[in-house]
Amino acid sequence: MSDIEQKVREIEEQAAREITSAEHLEKLNDIRVAFLGKKGTLTAVLKSMKDVAPEDRPKVGKWVNDARESIENKMEETKARLDAEKMKVQLKAETIDVTLPSKMQEIGHRHPNTIALEEVERIFVGMGYEVIEGPEVEYDEYNFTKLNIPPNHPAKDEQDTFYITKDILLRTQTSPVQARVMEQGKLPIRMISPGRVFRSDEVDATHSPSFHQIEGLVIDKGITFADLKGTLDVFAKELFGPDTKTKFRPHHFPFTEPSAEVDVSCFKCGGKGCRFCKGEGWIEILGCGMVHPHVLEMCGIDPSVYTGFAFGVGLERIALLKYEIDDMRLLYDNDIRFLKQF
Amino acid sequence: MNTSMSWIRKYVPDLNVDPKTYCDAMTLSGTKVETCEELDKDLDKIVVGKILTCGPHPDSDHLHVCTVDVGEGAPLQIVCGAPNAAAGFKVPVVLEGGRVAGTHSGGMSEGGIEIKAGKLRGVESHGMICSIEELGSTREFYPEAPEGGIYIFPEDTPVGADAVEELGLHDAVVEYEITSNRVDCYSVIGIAREAAATFHKEFHAPDVKETGNDEQASDYISVEVKDKDLCPRYCARVVKNVRIAPSPKWMQRCLASNGIRPINNIVDITNYVMEEYGQPMHSFDYDTVSGHKIIVRRAADGEKFTTLDGQERTLDSQVLMICDADKAIGIAGIMGGENSMITDDVKNVLFEAACFDGTNIRLSSKRIGLQTDASQKFDKGLDPNTAREAINRACELMEEFGAGEVVGGCVDVYDNVRKPVEIPFEPDKINALLGTQVPEEEMLAYFRKEDLDYDAERRVVIAPTFRQDLKRTADLAEEVARFYGYERIPSTLPSGAATAGKLQFNMRVLAAARDVAEDCGFSQGYCYSFESKKVFDRLTLPPDAPERKAIEIMNPLGEDFSIMRTTSLGGILTSLSTNFNRRNKSVRLYETGNVYLPKALPLTELPDERMKLTLGMYGDGDFFDMKGVIEMLFLKLGMNMKPEYRTDTLKCYLHPGRQAQIFYDGKNIGEIGEVHPEVRGRIEIGERTYVAVIDMPTVLEYASFDRKFTGIAKYPAVTRDISMIVPKSVTAAMIEKVLVQRGGKILESYSLFDIYEGAPILPGFKSMAYSLVFRHPDKTMEEAEITAAMKKILNGLEGLKIELRK
Repeated sequence: MSDIEQKVREIEEQAAREITSAEHLEKLNDIRVAFLGKKGTLTAVLKSMKDVAPEDRPKVGKWVNDARESIENKMEETKARLDAEKMKVQLKAETIDVTLPSKMQEIGHRHPNTIALEEVERIFVGMGYEVIEGPEVEYDEYNFTKLNIPPNHPAKDEQDTFYITKDILLRTQTSPVQARVMEQGKLPIRMISPGRVFRSDEVDATHSPSFHQIEGLVIDKGITFADLKGTLDVFAKELFGPDTKTKFRPHHFPFTEPSAEVDVSCFKCGGKGCRFCKGEGWIEILGCGMVHPHVLEMCGIDPSVYTGFAFGVGLERIALLKYEIDDMRLLYDNDIRFLKQF
Repeated sequence: MNTSMSWIRKYVPDLNVDPKTYCDAMTLSGTKVETCEELDKDLDKIVVGKILTCGPHPDSDHLHVCTVDVGEGAPLQIVCGAPNAAAGFKVPVVLEGGRVAGTHSGGMSEGGIEIKAGKLRGVESHGMICSIEELGSTREFYPEAPEGGIYIFPEDTPVGADAVEELGLHDAVVEYEITSNRVDCYSVIGIAREAAATFHKEFHAPDVKETGNDEQASDYISVEVKDKDLCPRYCARVVKNVRIAPSPKWMQRCLASNGIRPINNIVDITNYVMEEYGQPMHSFDYDTVSGHKIIVRRAADGEKFTTLDGQERTLDSQVLMICDADKAIGIAGIMGGENSMITDDVKNVLFEAACFDGTNIRLSSKRIGLQTDASQKFDKGLDPNTAREAINRACELMEEFGAGEVVGGCVDVYDNVRKPVEIPFEPDKINALLGTQVPEEEMLAYFRKEDLDYDAERRVVIAPTFRQDLKRTADLAEEVARFYGYERIPSTLPSGAATAGKLQFNMRVLAAARDVAEDCGFSQGYCYSFESKKVFDRLTLPPDAPERKAIEIMNPLGEDFSIMRTTSLGGILTSLSTNFNRRNKSVRLYETGNVYLPKALPLTELPDERMKLTLGMYGDGDFFDMKGVIEMLFLKLGMNMKPEYRTDTLKCYLHPGRQAQIFYDGKNIGEIGEVHPEVRGRIEIGERTYVAVIDMPTVLEYASFDRKFTGIAKYPAVTRDISMIVPKSVTAAMIEKVLVQRGGKILESYSLFDIYEGAPILPGFKSMAYSLVFRHPDKTMEEAEITAAMKKILNGLEGLKIELRK
């Protein structure tokens, strides 16, 4: 082995030792300069080529290049290791207390009435119902007469109506929207009409002179009371949970015949009876029935061809039950501490 | 309607069910039970005992020590505090371990009070002798019970018998909710008929005969009905030589269970028949009826009349009166007159059972301000065919009680006899409506149980006149459904053509508006549609402000609810005030609701109902936060034009320097501003408050959920900042108008990044700095183009007396 070869090997070995023991990236750079820089020891070997016999030069060149490559590889490896170590240290230093409070965007809250309404709309839209609204200030004729409540009918008193004039009133139900839709004569009909209604009740924990109803109407050939039961059963299960049962009790409404009131099994106790359902196990939620043939006739629909069902449910009633709100006045106070809970 | 189960059993003797089963089944067949009070629920081990001895207590001046024979075993020693305790009386005795319902003062105890053996002031006592109050009842039900003492049974009561049974307390008082279509069920007979049909038992109607002596009522009284439309039927009978006395206990108890206080035999009989048949009756002192003639006519306007409660009433020509030959003696169907009422000295009685027009009675009773048990029965609209049987029933009871001598015959004015309604029997249609397959025979069986007749030959169901609710097939379908059982009808879903479920466009827009408001930190409130007229004063609106032209409610709940709102600000400001007064910090609320704008007053057609999005806030945030919400709303609704904020017309309720009318595409779409301190003071909000009102119908003209992709810019943008000294009177809008007009198509966007007033800027000026972004869609722009554009802009700005900052 020539001296030169020996020397190159020594340089390479020395460099390897120094690289391995380098503890930070700056040191590695120093090593690069010391061995591979313009004045570095390996570079010096190349510079001394002029003293080498021309036939040996390729050999020497190869030795130097191999050594350079080996040193550079080693340096790369070490650099990668040091980089990783440095990153590790840095990340450790950046550790935060993840249990510090979050920075939440202050957002507003939807009123429980609206949440309940959207829930009901979702269920019925899913079953192919169109949501249709109508006027809140309404003609007596649509609110009563066309719904089979003729002038002087006692039901007009029962509903404690606010009147504007003899013929114009604040609607006591959203059924007049149904009369308006039926009159247009486009069949079949599958609709719900949500909206504000008014009755002359003093404000207390369970009453308000204005509240909201959602009434549904289906008119088609061959609609049966069984369809009404099935539909409201689906509705109750969707709204109050899949284990909910419904109970239909005979009742009377002027615009339906037969009519029913519907109870749902108490979703709090499952029907065993609790404080919430006053020990009954059942909670009354809506009224319904088969559209009275006379109502169909008044709206220009032939009851010997078409039948239908209608139902009505109080939005506040659902909201109070579902969200366990114990006083209706809270819904109109608009106290932010109440609204923020929804 | 209240009735005891024992009264029902008078007509349905085989009704052997416990109260719970009874109530559940009645509710499911359509006679809804509201409450059920079991009279014996807290009574246990109570027997009839006989007081053998009754001596003084050695250590008390009011207690007695009694020995009581209770029929079984040795007599018991019982200490008793009742002043009326005495040897020989038969009394109710609670044995050891038994329960009573209440205390002797009438207080009821949930679950009852258990009676244990013990010592009372050193003397052993093995049970308790009870008062009627301790048995959970009152002297109203048992008028024979002594006041403030123990109950005493009649002599012949067997010792050791069940005292609760002897008192008739193994009973339940059931309260029903009767629907307005079932007038017949406002009677015990009506409910009994339903009970019989529900439980498949025989129904026994009272067997009433037209009793009486050989005389004829028509020789005693004549009846003339002048207003037959208001009085379809009038029956009159006479009872001579009446003897006023208490009615029998069974009748008193029946009445008490229906909530009616027993008075004497005549009053009790008329009340009993009213409850039994649902037919109110009236009794006149026959000798006060002048001319022995009854005339039924309308009152004169302003006519005065004193009813039997001593009150003078003023009548009008719509009120029907019962009169004699000279004078009015009663308000038909509502209340009799003081001048003809039954007194203890009455000798002869005239009974009336009539049918009056329900609507007229209802309206008259409302106008006069007098509701009675009778008027509440009449106003449902009674079946005229019941009157005759009811009056005969009353006379029969008079005879039975030995209360007087009934004159034979009945004066009965009844021209238009109401006929039963015939309804074609169409079982297929009934099944088709219900979605059932109830066999024809089964349907007919239900009808029979309800006393509906069936003509098999003509296939018609004949509804008796008391069933005024039965008119057509749908009504029969309900009868089938009720007795077949609603719970047995299957549950199916409507078949038929599919329909697209959807929300209308305006509802989707409103939902999007709610989302934006909530994303911006506003919570949703609900405000009333009603307002007080005072709201206009609170908003400092001048007398001629258009807002004051509001729809008034004829019969409002009070001043606070007297008009339909024409502005939504009252509601939101009241809500903010509520929050402020409850010390809630930094509150943001929004509301979506209508205002009601009349086209003319008084209203001749429906008003314009305009949906408003109303936002209000105090605390964190200022005018520009509120403005941001509005612009976010437009952005989310695809409304890409730039809204204008005009300050040329000012609203008095907003701060004069901090308000704007918002215009979109030249249309007034809403307003925004800080609430005027004066208004804020009146509404009691102690912090700067900002509001905005957006007119949703105008928004609907422009809102769209359609979006089109326009590509992503390929060429680089160039930004230029300009910093200016601007006269104070020049607004941002004026500057931006120049930027847009002069910058041309290549001005992609601009933004204000600094605004400053104060030294070194001279008074009357402000410093403003904008960043302008230029971009060409198809190429990289050359410096020269930008310089040219900037030059045009700067020239324009010079026109506004704006200088560039050096």
